[in-house]
Amino acid sequence: MSQTASPKSAESAADPGRIESAIQDWSSDQRAFKNVPWGKAMMWLFLLSDTFIFSIFLISYMTVRMSTKVAWPNTSQVFALEIGGVQFPLLLIAIMTFILISSSGTMAMAVKFGYSKNRKITAILMLVTALFGLSFVGMQAFEWTKLIHEGVRPWSNPFGAPQFGSIFFMITGFHGFHVSIGVIFLFIVARKVWRGDYDTGKRGFFTSRRGNYEHVEMMGLYWHFVDLVWVFIFAFFYLW
Amino acid sequence: MTETTSPEDDIVPPQEVPEMDLYHPHSFLTRWIFSQDAKVIAIQYSLVAISIGMVALVLSWLMRLQLGFPDSFDFIDAADYYQFITMHGMIMVVYLLTALFLGGFGNYLIPLMVGARDMVFPYINMLSFWIYLLAVLVLVSSFFVPGGPTGAGWTLYPPQAILSGTPGQEFGIILMLASLMLFIVGFTMGGLNYVVTILQARARGMTLMRMPLTIWGIFIATVLALFAFPALFVASLMMMFDKILETSFFMPAMIEFGEKMSYGGGSPILFQHLFWFFGHPEVYIVALPAFGIVSDLLSVNARKNIFGYRMMVWAIVGIGALAFVVWAHHMYVSGMNPYFGFFFATTTLIIAVPTALKVYNWVLTLWRGNIHLTLPMLFALAFILTFVNGGITGLFLGNVIVDIPLSDTMFVVAHFHMVMGVAPIMVIFGAIYHWYPLLTGRMLHNGMGQFHFWVTFLGAYAIYFPMHYLGFIGVPRRYFELGETTFIPDSAHDLNAFITVAALVVGFAQLVFLFNLFWSRRNGIVAERNPWKATTLEWQTEHMPPTHGNFGKDLPIVYRWAYDFSVPGAESDFIPQNMATKDVKLAEGMTVADLKAEKT
Repeated sequence: MSQTASPKSAESAADPGRIESAIQDWSSDQRAFKNVPWGKAMMWLFLLSDTFIFSIFLISYMTVRMSTKVAWPNTSQVFALEIGGVQFPLLLIAIMTFILISSSGTMAMAVKFGYSKNRKITAILMLVTALFGLSFVGMQAFEWTKLIHEGVRPWSNPFGAPQFGSIFFMITGFHGFHVSIGVIFLFIVARKVWRGDYDTGKRGFFTSRRGNYEHVEMMGLYWHFVDLVWVFIFAFFYLW
Repeated sequence: MTETTSPEDDIVPPQEVPEMDLYHPHSFLTRWIFSQDAKVIAIQYSLVAISIGMVALVLSWLMRLQLGFPDSFDFIDAADYYQFITMHGMIMVVYLLTALFLGGFGNYLIPLMVGARDMVFPYINMLSFWIYLLAVLVLVSSFFVPGGPTGAGWTLYPPQAILSGTPGQEFGIILMLASLMLFIVGFTMGGLNYVVTILQARARGMTLMRMPLTIWGIFIATVLALFAFPALFVASLMMMFDKILETSFFMPAMIEFGEKMSYGGGSPILFQHLFWFFGHPEVYIVALPAFGIVSDLLSVNARKNIFGYRMMVWAIVGIGALAFVVWAHHMYVSGMNPYFGFFFATTTLIIAVPTALKVYNWVLTLWRGNIHLTLPMLFALAFILTFVNGGITGLFLGNVIVDIPLSDTMFVVAHFHMVMGVAPIMVIFGAIYHWYPLLTGRMLHNGMGQFHFWVTFLGAYAIYFPMHYLGFIGVPRRYFELGETTFIPDSAHDLNAFITVAALVVGFAQLVFLFNLFWSRRNGIVAERNPWKATTLEWQTEHMPPTHGNFGKDLPIVYRWAYDFSVPGAESDFIPQNMATKDVKLAEGMTVADLKAEKT
């Protein structure tokens, strides 16, 4: 992903170590992260801030799970899918997780093809990623509907501690919101790539700035982050 | 640049990034209203923050009237009083101080002081302001809904914040939480911009260790805000659900009017942890920009470099890091595990070390300086005094055993008003007197300024000094009226009346200041090009006030740090950051070598 193997090592005869070259960059003028464009730096910083949001969600979930006096529902039963009379625990969640992780793969390929200016393939890969994302959100909607039919509400549920429902809707909802926003922007950026806006230097509608293929990578950073967050939600909420 | 004859330190690395792609406005609307220029956004932020701050000021008068002269005012009942407290606190901390320091001073000074044409993403910067304005409007709207604004106290502790009996529990609390969440979204947009601009868009030659301390303070404060606000965001969201959907994140099982409520199993202490995980860094979000700005004001007006620049930078960074591990010292009486108290008392006392270090360095900057008692300098000196005062009472409250009897008394009120109310506001005033000429091209009126300073400074002591005493004899805070109590003597009531009179007088002085701001805009003395003879880049722009794009055709090149005052060998007592050593006018009989000899 990141281009840490910079051509700078060729310049200096004595190749400074990683730590030393980081110190050099930080004590230099103009930029602390050399070769990192503004947009990418900003996306990293945003994701760091967003990490705090999701961490606090998960920590709050664990605290509440400890503070409640009622037993916590057995997630593998609650999230089981019945097919042909057989209960498959966590089947839907497994499929969702598989799809989201696959979408990270197509996103990474889109970034690679973006930098080689292969705009058709980049756009197609981004669309595939967006469709994976859409199907993830779709399955989440299915899961919500199923649980709501079974009587799970934010304030109560038939399986045990009422906090189970509140946490479930809040955290998966907030994550699903992130995925949805990601899908919308995937479509927007894919359209720009397809039209060749980043080759012609067309100005953006809102910002009136010229874009470039770094937007694809920024999109990728966001998408991988959303994917990574899901892994933690999967581990702490569904498996535990 | 001819580098063949110039000294070694005039050599500056070449430009790394192409010129910033700026949006050029075409109409009044895009130039002044939906502006993408950080300077205009800064003024918009400041005006909104000061306007909502006036509301908070009026609320404080009303509170003081009730406390000083209980039973005299029919229009203040207990519910009103709690609403005044809540709104006063929240407005001052979040909507005034945070917004003014970061949105106001941050937007104006960051691009100018690091030598950039604008923030890196001006459009997002503009959105940041509009969302902030929306947050303020939502907050204000809570005054006009049935039940009025929330009266839960600015800490909004559950369960009481959303239960009946607390004023504003119908709509006020919902609007408050919504407004906070909006504020955080808006602030994040701006904050990302500030940090990336400082890290990635500095001028040629501007290394991090040449940045003015103002920028260091704003920089670290913004980083704190980006990592601390998420806790408040999540806490607000969860409390919103507790209120609207009757979830039980923070709500334990409770009985109300003899009936069991639908809540159960939540953890009220969790909210306190989340709130203070935001709340304590918030103190430093307000204090660090003040630390930075006051360092520059002192250095400029003492005509002397700041003492221990690197130490000052690392103290800011250290305070920033420690700010995240002291939060539970606000919760000694909350019923949390007592071992926590031990840990957090220790970290609290450790954070006093870099803070004290900064105070020593400010004082040592003054030592043998060529001190000019200008208005900004008076406010800077007042900051040192009030900050030391508030800091020392902080040591009392940071220790668990001393805190427990003092908890929830007027002593606490006196402490935090001194340390994060009066002290940062002194810096805000100093900074406004300092940079007003840059914004408008005119000086603020000196006579009105002197009146404003002396009344505010002495008045602040008249208000808060007696409060320490009230706290020691056990007068509780957040009480609508004290009534007939044996442990509170009559003299305490007299003292309360005295404090109220002092508060009203100080409040009046602020109106003089506001009048001065408007009056001097047209009638002030026309300012010189660089009235304070400062070295930093914002005074070296092509135009004053700086125009869109800040620096005319060529971006500045930085050759030195921001504190080359009274350099031996130089003719002038300051050398601007963008002046090459070969261009420095030497005093008689001096050589370039003399300039370098004294460099620290």
